[in-house]
Amino acid sequence: MSLLSGPEGPITDAGWGHEHHRKGFFTDTSVCIGCKACEVACKEWNQNPADGERKILGSSYDNTGALGANTWRHVAFVEQDGDRIEEARESGRRLVSLGMPGIGPKESRTAEDGAPLDLTGADRSHPDTPEFRWLMSSDVCKHCTNAGCLDACPTGALYRSQFGSVVVQQDICNGCGTCVGACPFGVIERRDDGTISPKGSRDERFDQDVPEMGTAHKCTLCTDRLIDGEIPACAKTCPTRSISFGDRDEMVADARERVAQLHERGMTEARLYGANEKDGVGGTGSVFLLLDEPEVYGLPPDPQVPTAGLGSMWKRAGLSAAGMIAATAIAFAAGRK
Amino acid sequence: MTNSDFDAYRPPQPERKRRRRRAAGEVRRTGAGDGSREQPMVDDIQFDSYYGRPIVKAPPWKAPIALYLFVGGIAGASSLIAAGADATERPTMARNARLTALGAVLVGTGALIEDLGRPERFLHMMRVFKPSSPMSVGTWILSTFATASGVAAAGEIDSLLDEKLPLGPLRGVLQAVDGPAGAVSSALGAPLATYTAVLLGDTAVPTWSGARHGLAFVFGSSATMAASGAQLLLTPTAETGPARALAVAGVVGDLVGMHYTKSQMHPLEAEPLEEGEPGRLLKISEGLAIAGGIGALLGGRNRVVAAASGAALLAASALTRFGVLNAGLESVKDPRRVVEPQKARLEERRKAGVTDDSITTAG
Repeated sequence: MSLLSGPEGPITDAGWGHEHHRKGFFTDTSVCIGCKACEVACKEWNQNPADGERKILGSSYDNTGALGANTWRHVAFVEQDGDRIEEARESGRRLVSLGMPGIGPKESRTAEDGAPLDLTGADRSHPDTPEFRWLMSSDVCKHCTNAGCLDACPTGALYRSQFGSVVVQQDICNGCGTCVGACPFGVIERRDDGTISPKGSRDERFDQDVPEMGTAHKCTLCTDRLIDGEIPACAKTCPTRSISFGDRDEMVADARERVAQLHERGMTEARLYGANEKDGVGGTGSVFLLLDEPEVYGLPPDPQVPTAGLGSMWKRAGLSAAGMIAATAIAFAAGRK
Repeated sequence: MTNSDFDAYRPPQPERKRRRRRAAGEVRRTGAGDGSREQPMVDDIQFDSYYGRPIVKAPPWKAPIALYLFVGGIAGASSLIAAGADATERPTMARNARLTALGAVLVGTGALIEDLGRPERFLHMMRVFKPSSPMSVGTWILSTFATASGVAAAGEIDSLLDEKLPLGPLRGVLQAVDGPAGAVSSALGAPLATYTAVLLGDTAVPTWSGARHGLAFVFGSSATMAASGAQLLLTPTAETGPARALAVAGVVGDLVGMHYTKSQMHPLEAEPLEEGEPGRLLKISEGLAIAGGIGALLGGRNRVVAAASGAALLAASALTRFGVLNAGLESVKDPRRVVEPQKARLEERRKAGVTDDSITTAG
């Protein structure tokens, strides 16, 4: 397992060879309508149990809270007024463009059902007013190029799939929890609870024989579906194509095109998250188009894979160990009878 | 119709209740009252975080892991003391240190397994050796150390019992490998005591990640202090001269190391080490370490004072580990501890002219 991915990309580094394409999501939050169909489709397909108690969280229409062992898609809801929209626009203007060359029209590309993917005629104008806007964003595992969870896993339960995703082997994981702390996005989690409360009985709760308790869980990029040539459940169900899925290169190209479109319309608040290969995690497999600072959506503004500092940490541990040995040697040599 | 395995858990459907009547005086939130404007569902929202919710998650590590950090340190440093005592012909201290090392490493291994989500799969740790995973490296250090300490301690126990262990022909083997096993256990002692700092540092947990520059020095010193303290407690003063010196060195290293560690951290990352319950534990630990150090230095020749100092040092080391572990678990609860240091380092890089490594880009 590579410590940090090199220029060949994570799939080749993991030993899969060149014939595989790295897959990824492009989540365009500017067209998300907050329907949470992705959350539902994800839970249904992956048969994930409920997250502990049912609670009203007081965070707009988001009662899911956060990504976790049982929640692999999470839709964030943020309500903003005119001043904040202006601030977001201003912070977007200060961002640096990577100046990547654009790509030409993509007539050859098709949607998953085989029909030509032509969105040029679609009305993607922004529905918000100048005084008020909703931010809705469907968050998911980033499937990082340099994945902290993957590096930290001591059992080899986490692996890099042929699709470039990072997946937990449920029969191997022993639930040590190291990956949980190693994720700079707070995505992966150990499944320590899970209940079911049947429809129609809000108060009764039933302890469920939750599958795969005590092991780490997160988005698998629907590996089982990908193997059968299907796209992940969340992308398949998204009614606005806010979540699109495909080869990561194309997703990033789409994202760049879309952000340029929005900038042309004066929406300087639009920005990409995860498209930069030089960032702290080597670029993410799941790329996002955001309309405000990442922390507004609960995303870290400058995530770094912890493994990047591992060399220096081992050196310091070695130095400390040498100090212990030296101190012991000196103490005994000086105290010789 | 059953579509999913979970449907099997559904009880018979209860009768549908009528919708609850609105109680008198209960206000329903409406927009302008006439439905013409949207009413924000959230009052007084701050935009520097998502409803103040955590961004990163702490590992599910509880008291057994803190205990492991503590006894792992004792085990590692005790094996070094055993080697020193052996070399300088202090048989009582050598024996006590060997047995301390074995006892501590057994407790530690038990705590480590206990804290797994699936303890029965502990051996899955041995499927791979992964240099990128401090937990993997540590598990290999721990298991080798435990095996070697077990053999070395078995030799001690056998001679303690006047060769009464029912070993039969294996006694010759044990006596032959006794020395090398002790050497292996001593060689791995220091790594065992310090790798746990890497284990905590190699996370996205703000306080641990921020402490990565100095935590190894704290843990190494704390381990030395605790193992010396154990010998001050267990071994007669005639043999503990070097342990007294080591105890003082450990206390000094612990205090200086903690100061250095905090100096390298963003104030928001360091805060949990100073405030709240973890901060309190660390303050008590500091006091106990100073008291134990002074006691060992000035009164270490008195058996009672030595034992009391030793106990204080052990307690100080335990509290340090609990404090550092809990400070990390505390630090993830406030997203500011993630956002502010990250924004600061991003800004710092931008000031230094590096503008191409932000995860957020304009295109």
